[in-house]
Amino acid sequence: MSPWVYVAIIVVSTVASDLLQSWEMKRQGEVMHFGIGSLLRTLLSKAPLIASVVFLAVSFYAFLALLQVSDLSFAVPATALSLVAETILARLLLKERVTAARWAGTALVTVGVYLLAL
Amino acid sequence: MPVSSNRLVRKTRLFSAIVVATNVLGNFALSWGMKHGAALDGSPLSFVLVVFNPWVLVGITLLAGWVLSRMALLSWADLSYVIPVTSVGFVLNAIMGAVFLGETISPMRWMGTLCIVGGTVLVGLTAPKTER
Repeated sequence: MSPWVYVAIIVVSTVASDLLQSWEMKRQGEVMHFGIGSLLRTLLSKAPLIASVVFLAVSFYAFLALLQVSDLSFAVPATALSLVAETILARLLLKERVTAARWAGTALVTVGVYLLAL
Repeated sequence: MPVSSNRLVRKTRLFSAIVVATNVLGNFALSWGMKHGAALDGSPLSFVLVVFNPWVLVGITLLAGWVLSRMALLSWADLSYVIPVTSVGFVLNAIMGAVFLGETISPMRWMGTLCIVGGTVLVGLTAPKTER
């Protein structure tokens, strides 16, 4: 299978996992007391959070599969496309205010990930 | 406008640090375990047996901590804040590789490291919570 098929699966499932998790946790409200038990209960009782863990697992196994057909130096920057995709979707779907400093910082991080893989 | 108090900023820094540390150390423990004793040969039994490798067990525990702490962080901090800020983990992974696995860091990689750290600091200075 073409490595780009795995890249597409990884990016889509990572983005879906993070958007679902961020959206549902904002609905839950700020966690004030960090208890492992109560966090686990929340994780297992909300459908969007369960779905986010499933997407995370899909992304993890697709990354392992990608590493079998391509080098790490291709895999890491290719999947870093999700950084930019998530920032765009956080603005459009989660209605976050992505300021100029955030765009610049996210762009710098993405460039850095590419350089790191060279 | 930003709606973040000092309390929220401190809490955000603390949880960002926990998210990054559990992710980097968890990945390292898993990778160490897979290279020292644990093996997957594709049989269903090997997926069960691999968990009994102590390094793999530590790795899985740390990654479970990573999922829970990131979930807590996302209960107040913007996704567009959490994503770039926790990307500093890429740098720490590279450094762990250099220190413990003897990988060399080329000038290009140092440039990449500087860019990631710069981007992380830039986003880290913005208010963690902006929506609504």
